[in-house]
Amino acid sequence: MIAEAGLKVEVQLFGRYRELAEGASIALELPAGATVADLVGELHRRSPGRLPARPVVVVERRPAAYDVALEAGHEIALIPPVAGG
Amino acid sequence: MTADVAAGSGGDVVGLSAEPISVAALAERVPPGSGAVATFEGRVRDTNEGRKVTRLHYDAYPAMADRVFADILRRTRRTHPVTAVRVLHRTGTLEVGETAVAIVVAAGHRDEAFAAASFVIEAVKAELPVWKREEYEDGSSRWLGGEPVEDDAREGAG
Repeated sequence: MIAEAGLKVEVQLFGRYRELAEGASIALELPAGATVADLVGELHRRSPGRLPARPVVVVERRPAAYDVALEAGHEIALIPPVAGG
Repeated sequence: MTADVAAGSGGDVVGLSAEPISVAALAERVPPGSGAVATFEGRVRDTNEGRKVTRLHYDAYPAMADRVFADILRRTRRTHPVTAVRVLHRTGTLEVGETAVAIVVAAGHRDEAFAAASFVIEAVKAELPVWKREEYEDGSSRWLGGEPVEDDAREGAG
């Protein structure tokens, strides 16, 4: 298999963040080895002023620390503070 | 989305439901050692922060909700002597008065049932990945929680 230059990820959007894109997710290409912080940086570049400084990113169904390295195939989501009940 | 209900040990039930929830149905057939059954329903209120609410829309992240429900169930059983724990949370559009969340906790005695039911609803509000958008009399709508200045997934609203 040929090594990919970048890391392609799909970020699922929920709650008010659904309004950041037409569909329910955003497809991004990040540098290989990108972290959650890099992902958030890219989202800020794409949607300036529409996200808090440090939104919660969920990787594999758990809130992730910003230094976590993303991998191809990770389930990734951007979630606002929850508001159930 | 259809009702996503997983039955576990002791008649435990947790899940999201796209269909109306009946707390009475959820409270049926608890284990025979249950001397107390505490039920809680969260319903759609007609006002919030001084505005007239006409309906609510709940968005959810089902895969993560499954994980969170399992965590809440495990923690409840570890910390409370209960015989059954059942939790359903609605998704989709709800009218005023409809049940948004239903909790049934069965235990040997009432103190245990009340305490566990309270533990469960607090955990659901703090952790379950669901989000509500309120629709108002004037046709406008607004997502609750998730204000851009906030920075904490554990903060509930409402």
